[in-house]
Parts: sequence; structure tokens; C-alpha cells
Amino acid sequence: MAQKNIVEIKNLSFGYGNFMLHKDISMVFPRGKVTAIMGGSGCGKTTILRLIGGQIKPKAGQVTVDGKIVHKQDRQGIYELRRKMGMLFQHGALFTDLSVFDNVAFPMREHTKLPESMIRDLVLMKLNAVGLRGAHKLMPTELSGGMARRVALARAIALDPDIIMYDEPFAGLDPISMAVICDLIRTLNDALGATSIIVTHDVEEAFSFADYIYFVADGSVAAEGTPKELSKSKLPFVHQFVHGEKDGPVPFHHNAPSYKKDIYEWV
Amino acid sequence: MNPIFKILSNIGNQVTSRIWRLGSATRLFCLTLIYSSESFRRIHLTIREIYFTGVMSLIIIVVSAFFVGMVLGLQGYYTLQKYGSSESIGVLVALALLRELGPVVTALLFAGRAGTAITAEIGLMKATEQLSAMEMMAISPIARIISPRFWAGVISMPILASIFSMVGVMGGYLVAVPIIGVDHGAFWSQMNVNVDFRIDVINGLIKSFVFGVACTIIALYEGYDAPPTAEGVSRATTRTVVTSSLTVLGLDFILTSFMMSN
Repeated sequence: MAQKNIVEIKNLSFGYGNFMLHKDISMVFPRGKVTAIMGGSGCGKTTILRLIGGQIKPKAGQVTVDGKIVHKQDRQGIYELRRKMGMLFQHGALFTDLSVFDNVAFPMREHTKLPESMIRDLVLMKLNAVGLRGAHKLMPTELSGGMARRVALARAIALDPDIIMYDEPFAGLDPISMAVICDLIRTLNDALGATSIIVTHDVEEAFSFADYIYFVADGSVAAEGTPKELSKSKLPFVHQFVHGEKDGPVPFHHNAPSYKKDIYEWV
Repeated sequence: MNPIFKILSNIGNQVTSRIWRLGSATRLFCLTLIYSSESFRRIHLTIREIYFTGVMSLIIIVVSAFFVGMVLGLQGYYTLQKYGSSESIGVLVALALLRELGPVVTALLFAGRAGTAITAEIGLMKATEQLSAMEMMAISPIARIISPRFWAGVISMPILASIFSMVGVMGGYLVAVPIIGVDHGAFWSQMNVNVDFRIDVINGLIKSFVFGVACTIIALYEGYDAPPTAEGVSRATTRTVVTSSLTVLGLDFILTSFMMSN
């Protein structure tokens, strides 16, 4: 029987050298739901996606995907798990030497033995889902940022994955492209019966479509809940983040000695 | 910190870092060999890379070879005529090209033309997360990206070196026979008699094969290991040329000593 939570993170700690980025983090990602991970830049949101994808190993704790502990799998095991995942990278990460069509066809050609005629139909179907069927002959350099993101999304869903991970899907997009991507995330999730994990710091968009949200700060989960619960939250960090206040629990100034000391040091 | 201790510590760091990089490059080399069957299974990828690394390097190879051959012809003639053996110019040009200049200059040009292109391409693929994307699609970048480029370089280099030697001999002929007036028959017959296929031609090909392995794996490693920034890729590209050139010259000495000892 399929597990209720397709991805589970239990007591995870991760860091580089002596610096700990995550300390004892736990999260669950229920099947069929859209879950957002939010937090300031550099808090390790993308690293969580990389840990789920098995690109890096935790220092403690574990990440389970479909009941299997990711970092205990061998290379073959990790590759089998990754075939259940699709990932949209921050800047699309399209293969620049391949056309839009070939980019979307790439995972199909690598992992299946489907005839080329069927691959063509599937690719056009995926591109149609993101509204770019008419752009299938273009090269990645001929696409706008929003279009590239949509092509990358079509590629991410090429093999109908169970889990779709989005790394900052709205970064650097104009409002129209943002709304399109926003709508696609929800629509594709529901149409494919997939589970979506979105890393973002765009409050308005995440609150509009996510079923559940985790706030990450200082290496741990600072708050969690549905968008409705979080928008009413009185927690200082959540309040500062949601309302975009420049000072608060997350200080405006980076850690530094006293201003006076810094000034007079050079005198 | 004590200055002497600081110097020793820096030297230690440099040595450790070099050894670490060598080990890392060796690991990549072994993985590339392990995944070689993948690149031959998808032979179109290797053929495409042979076009980019080999065929696209032809112009610089042919033009350089022609001039190197002409210079050899001139220099050789002025030296040999002092000893009354200007007819041996053909042998001198052929041996210099087949034994040394063909493999070595081709490898140096290859490192500058194709090696840098490979490093920059892979470094940029890394910086734009294309390699990560491939990994996340459960496709090994070593099988799909590194291995075909490696075999393309290894296959291209001996062919390019042969073309270099051939065009160089033509350049030498052009200077020696029509311009200087050395006897046409003497030029070719002396070459025919004194150039040994096993010793000169095959050894030259062995050298270029070894240089092909070295230059290509250095270019691939530097790109694969490059920090994913503009500065990182530019430094990696520079390191490709410097490391490849020094490696080729060092290997040439070692290989020549072994070949001469036989």
C-alpha cells in the first residue's frame, strides 16, 4: 500500500564543515498536495531539494522517498528514485545545444524505448500543457525567461513523475509569466496526481496555491501550517517575512562588531 | 604565526591540493572508461563530438603544419647544404614531423583549440545547472557528456597528428623542391629509404594517442571541476592550456626515452 507521505524528512541535519545549515529539521510531504518551503535567501531551501534528490547526503537524520531512505541507496537505487521525480531548476537548466522539442524529448529518449512517432506526440502534448507547442522548434537562447521556465516544466513532467520539485520557480519573472507558472503548478499537480514541493520566497504566490507551507529560518523549521493559518500567525519571524518588514527577528545588518570600532580601526 | 611555519604550511597545502586534484582526475578518468560502453552504444554522440573537436580543428592544424613544414624545409636546407647533403632534406622534414613535431605541436594546438572549448562548455553546463538537471533525470553526465567527448578527443588526436605530418611534409617539399631546387627524386627516395614505418610512424601515432588521452581528460576534468562562476570557468580554461601543454611536453620526453631505448 502506498505511503500517505511520499517524502518524509526526519530529524535532518546538514552542513558544510563545522557550519550547520540545517539542525534537526522534520517535514512531511503528503501525496497529491502542493507543499511550499519558504524562507530567506541562503537559509538552505534549495539544499532540502538536493537532499530529497540524493545529490548530497545528510550529516544526521534521514530523507525517505516512497518509503526508501535516499542516502542509503546505491547509485542505481538513487537513479530509480529519481525516475519518480521531476525537477524544475531556478533558471530552467535547459540543454543549450538542443531545441525545445529535443529538451522535452530528452528524458523519454534516455529512459524509454518508445518509437519516435510516439515521443513526438508526447512531447507536443507536454508542450501544449505549458502553452508552448508552437515554440517546439526554437532553441533555448531564443526563449524569454518565462518561456524557458515553462519548457523546463514540460521537461520535468515528461515522464509523468510522482514528485515535482520546483526551485524558485518565480525568480526573475514578470507578473504575467509568474501567474502562468503559478497556475501551471496547481493544474499540473492535480491533473497528474503528483506531489509538488516548491521552494520559494514569493509570499503572495505561495499563499495562493500551496496546501501547506514550511518556513525555514536559522537552520530549523520556524513555522508551519496552511496559508490561512500562517497569514494569521503572530510569530515574529512569520509576520516579518509575510509583510516584508526590513528589520525584526531577521536583522537588517549582518553580524558585525560595533560601527564605532570599525570606523576607528583605520584611523 | 611563525613565518617559516606559514611558508611550510602553504607548501603543504599546495602539495596536498595538487595530489587531491590528481586523484580526483584519475577517478574521473576511471569512471569515463567504465562508462565508455554507453558512449559507444550511442555512437552518434561520439561522432558529433569528433566533428566538433576533430573536424573543426582541421583548419588550424593544416595551416600550422604547412608553415611548420616550410620552416623545417628552409632551416634544414641551410644546415644540410653545409655538409653537402641537401638531398637528405626530405628525411629531416619527415622524421622531425613524424617523431616529434607532428604529435607534439598537434597536441599543443588541440589543447588550445579543442581543449579550451571542452572545458568552457562543460564548465558552463555546470554553472547553468545542466549537469545537475541531467543527474536529477537519473542520467549520468559522465556517460552522456564526458565519455563521448573523451573518446572523440582520443580518436581525433592521432588522425590530426597524421594529417599534420602529411601536410608538413608537403610544406617542406614545396620549399625544398620547387623553390630551392633540391632534386624531386632525391627528396622522396631518401625519405622512402630512411623512414621506418614501425619505428617512426607507429611511435608517432602512439605518442599522439597518449597525448590525446592526456589532453582530453585534462580538459574534461578542468571543466567538470570548475567552480560554477564566470571566474571559475575562465580560470579552468586557462589551467587546461597550461596543464595540457606541460603534460604533453613532459610525456613527450618520457615516451621518447622509452622509444629510443628500444
